[in-house]
Parts: sequence; structure tokens; C-alpha cells
Amino acid sequence: MKNEEVRMDHLSDLESRSIYIIREAYHQFQKVAALWSIGKDSTTLLWLIRKAFFGKMPFPVVHIDTSYKFKEIYKFRDEYTKKWDLDLIVHRNEDAISSGMGPKKSKLECCTELKTNALKGAIDKYGFRALYLGIRRDEHGIRAKERVFSPRDQDFEWDYKNQPPELWDQYKSKTEAEEHIRVHPLLGWTELDIWKYIKKENIPVVGLYFAKNGRRYRSIGCEPCVNTIPSDADTIDKIIEELKTTTISERSGRAQDKESDYMMQKLRALGYM
Amino acid sequence: MEDGNTLKFVIVGHIDHGKSTLIGRLFFDTNSLPPDKIEEVKKASKGRMGGEMEFAFLMDHLREEREQGITIDTAQAFFKTPKREYVIIDAPGHVEFVKNMITGASQAEAALLIVDAKEGVAEQTKRHANLLSMLGLNQVIVVINKMDAVDYKQGRYDKIRSDVKEFFDTIALKADYYIPISALKGDNVATRSDLMKWYEGPTVLGSLDSLANRVSPEDKSLLLPVQDVYKISGKRIAVGRVEAGTIESGMEVKILPEGEKTKVKSIEKFQEEKDKAVAGESIGIMTEDPVFLQRGNVLCVEGKEPTITDGFQANVIWLSKEAFDIKERIMMRLATQEFAGNLIKIKRRIDSSSLSVLEEDASTIGNLEIGEVEIQVKAPVVLTKFNNIQELGRFVLVRGNDVVAGGIIT
Repeated sequence: MKNEEVRMDHLSDLESRSIYIIREAYHQFQKVAALWSIGKDSTTLLWLIRKAFFGKMPFPVVHIDTSYKFKEIYKFRDEYTKKWDLDLIVHRNEDAISSGMGPKKSKLECCTELKTNALKGAIDKYGFRALYLGIRRDEHGIRAKERVFSPRDQDFEWDYKNQPPELWDQYKSKTEAEEHIRVHPLLGWTELDIWKYIKKENIPVVGLYFAKNGRRYRSIGCEPCVNTIPSDADTIDKIIEELKTTTISERSGRAQDKESDYMMQKLRALGYM
Repeated sequence: MEDGNTLKFVIVGHIDHGKSTLIGRLFFDTNSLPPDKIEEVKKASKGRMGGEMEFAFLMDHLREEREQGITIDTAQAFFKTPKREYVIIDAPGHVEFVKNMITGASQAEAALLIVDAKEGVAEQTKRHANLLSMLGLNQVIVVINKMDAVDYKQGRYDKIRSDVKEFFDTIALKADYYIPISALKGDNVATRSDLMKWYEGPTVLGSLDSLANRVSPEDKSLLLPVQDVYKISGKRIAVGRVEAGTIESGMEVKILPEGEKTKVKSIEKFQEEKDKAVAGESIGIMTEDPVFLQRGNVLCVEGKEPTITDGFQANVIWLSKEAFDIKERIMMRLATQEFAGNLIKIKRRIDSSSLSVLEEDASTIGNLEIGEVEIQVKAPVVLTKFNNIQELGRFVLVRGNDVVAGGIIT
């Protein structure tokens, strides 16, 4: 029974796989950054990156700030930037923000301007060759089709009809024609895995996830475009219990997934995170 | 449910034999579909297919996939039974997208091969079965679908079962079960069918629950390919994933391919005290002696070395529309080793569906063809046969920046 004692459990296995991917991408691209939306997934991603490099991230963290985020998000960002000694880059599409771009105009246009185009601006400015993102396959059907290393072209487009093969942890490298590679270390994690890992590792998360007065945010982002769900889960344990039995999907509170069947496909093809 | 027991399996088979429908049925029958997902799919199904709920839409999220009724790229989704959680990998059945099928299948612990009861064994049925065999997948369930279209007749099931078995025998693949089902109607998927009382085996869910999880080769001796070397506050830490065996602090290790020896001083993991790590773990190590470690080195135990060689035999499956030419020098990646080499001999060029030999002593390998090759590299590389330790027995060929072929060492 000796093997039983040492065999890795599911969370340790996920952790090791993610750390392997994180180290692979850093080796290959060097000039990299991690996108941090300050949500539970990208915060878990930062946690794993810190682990991969023994506590000190050797590259910057980028927050694409739409100016519509919750105040709790900004507070959390600043607190942990200091605590974890992060090299934080906050990037905003100032032109669009000052000209009044907002979700009231059109959600597709707003996401494109304040997220996608802001990200383009950040990549242009800093010249990153690869970006780490905390997306997961179980979040959305389109994301289920992603590769671990996923190229974006000059126009930021995702050529989802012609993705490179990916086998045995061997990933593609970047060609001249590609603007950057998106690296997805959490692709194989589920929402439940994330929360179990947050509990196991004691990872801090924004308070918005915990229920107040019978409601909580299951997914956070821009204040005008996410909604609460009915819930009494005010601790991590209760969130884990809730997720084991819920029949509501994670992004049901997100406006951009709903507007039309293919809005998420359009957004992602255009370079949305 | 036991925590931490998740099984990944891939569904493969010829186009239109019903992969996406079976997936929809599995979700539906295990209550894994959120009501808003059902609504979304119902809405998307309207105006097409006479408004009936189209199960395939659950996985086929790209507009092109829904409009053409085909799966283009592999997708993954999750469902659970009372026994455990499953990751289901939907692989495309169209010949055009075999590279996506392999991408999906290479991540699986088991496979479900679907065959249309009416049409029987088809081109991609064979190709996919071959690729499963090549990828070393040894847990295979064959489902014979659309039994409703053949009046649930046992004779039809028996015929297809023996056709599949006959083909499997030629490629040394063994099916754990042959299950007659109707994914559309739900027969023998989650619940036993009253219409096929002659069938006594398990349902699809029952058969899945009986499969075993793949475990990393802990019982073999140590293989740790070095992924990178970091300098962290004055310390040099070599990082990597243990691919086989275990490593402990104080252990004497040999550094391949050069063969230098040193002792493991410590096993490093952020904010964790560790003196031992097992196969599958991503760790760092420090050594007693100031040896020069670099990416591509493989740590092992003296006397239990893998093969160190500048020439080896392999089977490669070509996955690019631009054929390989024997004159081409090509990059290869095996674990963390990267090296250029030549395919000095293409002994046979084989059709990956029919397995018929297209040419002996060939000079090219075309898209979706399998080549039995001899490879020559400049400097020695560290490897094993695929049948011994998969992690060090498989490699990819890289042209430009893309993976263009997968290979297994024979």
C-alpha cells in the first residue's frame, strides 16, 4: 500500500500540471505577463505562478481596467499587489473611456473597446510575446475549444477553425505572423476545483463572492454587467457545497454571454479574454 | 462521491455516427445540464432541424459547427455519476480534423468508440481505432449506436461487434465492452433498454464507472527531465516534473546524457517542506555538488538508466497538409529535450485508416499517413520505448513553430 500514501490527489495533480505549463511558457517566451482581472480564477493563477517561481513572479501582472469595476476589486488589487510584491501594470483605453464608452451603448462594443482594445494597447506598449490567462474550459462552450497555447494573429483574431495540434504537453511556439500566444494554465480546472483549491491553499479572494442578504456574485467583472445569484453561501465551505448541487451555470449572471447565441464567439474571435 | 477521482475519456468515431448526440444524452441523463443551458440550446435549435432539441449543440458551440452539423474542434465538458466525475472529450469525426481528434485523444485515459449500427465500420472508425492503439490507450469501450434504426436486432449488433473485433485484433487493441445503444432514444446509455433484453452487459455509464484511472508510473525507477534552471536569491534550483518513479533528498542521481553524478540536497516547493516527490509532481531540486544542469537533462538512478542514443526507430503520424520529404532536417521535442534530426529511412508508408502499406522504402510521408522510420540525431538523446514509459517514449516533430507530427518509439 506504499503507493497509496504518496499518490497525488486530484488538486495536487492539477496544480502540478498548471505549474508545468507556466514554466514551459516562461521558458519559451520570456517576455510574458499575466492578466489579472482580480477574480477568483486569475487570482488562483497568480498564486500558481508565484508557486512556480518560488514566491517571486519574474514578470508583470496586467490589469485591464475598464473603469467600471467594483470598488472592492480595486481595493483588493492594491492590497495584494503590495503583499505579493507584484509588478503591476494597469492599462486603460483612456480615449474610449473619456469619450463616454459604456455598457449602455452596446455591450459588444463596450467589451471590445474597454477590454479587447485596451489589451491590444497594453501589448503594443509593452511588447509581450505571451500572456497568461485564467480561463477554464467549463466556463463557456467556446472556451471548451481552447488550446493550452493559443495563438492570436496581428488583428488579434483567434483562428478557431484551424488550431494547431497539441499533444503530450508539447506546445507550439510563436511565429512572426502571430501577435502573441495566450497561455491557459487553468484550462482543465472546473469552478469547483478552483474553490476547493482556494480552500486548501487559503488563497484570498474578493468579498463579493460571499453571500450578503441572500445573494452573492458567482462571477465578478464590471459592475453594470454582472448580477448576483440567490445564495446563502457566505463561506468557502458553503460555496463548495452550493456548487456541488447547483443547476445554474457559472456565467448566468454575465451580460455578454447572453445577448445573442454567438456573442461570446464573436468576442473571442476578436480577441476578447 | 469520492473526492479527487476524475476520469477523462474521449469519444471518437466516424462522422455522423452520433458522438455529439451521445454526449448530449449523457449530460441529459445524469442531470448535468443547467436549465439555462437547456434553454440556450433549445433556442439555438429553433428554426433548424424542425425545432427539436439538438443535443449536438451542447458541445458544438461554434456557429460553423451548428450550421453544418459537424464538430470542427475538440471540446471538453464535465458530468458526474454517483461514482465519480468525468471529463468528456468530444473529438471531431471528419477526416479534415484528425489533428483535433488526436489533440483530444492524447489527453484521455479511456476512449469510447462509436459505430453506427446501420452503416457499420467506416473509414474514420478504423483510423481512430488505429490512433487510439498508437497513443497507447488501453481502455476502450465500443458503443454500437442507432440500434433504433435497425429495430434493435441482435443480429445487427453481433455482425458489427465481430467486424470491429476483427479489425481490433489486427492492431492489438482490445475492447472492454461492446454496448448496443440508441443515443437518441436513451437505450442502454444511463438505463437498461427494455427493447434489447438479449443484451446482458453494462450500460454506457455502468461501463465507464468500471474503468480505472491512469496512474503515473511511480513503480518505475526515477526519470526527471529538467525543464529549466532558476536563480532564486542566490540559489540555483533545477525545476521539472517527475515523469517516473520517486525522488528523495539525499538520493544519488545520474545526470543524462553526460552521466555526471551528484546527490539531491533538497526538494524545493514553495512554502512546503518536502523530502520526497512522486511521478506527476512539478518540483525543484538543489544538488550537493555545483554540477551544471540545464533544460533537457534527465535525472535517473545509476544502473537503471533509460536508453541514451543518437539513433532510434519510431512510428510517426503526419498531421500537416505539407508532406514530409526525407531530405528535410526537422526539429523534434521529447519531454524537455529539443533536437534536430533526420528521418534517414522511411521503411514503410502506411494508410492510417486501412493500414495498407502505400509504399516500402518511401521518401515522403503525407498528411494522415503513418511512417515506420529510422531517426538519426547529432547528439545523444535520452529516451525509452513507448511501451516502457510513455512519457519518455513519445515525441513530436516541429516544423517552423507548429507541431506537425507525433511519434512513438518502437
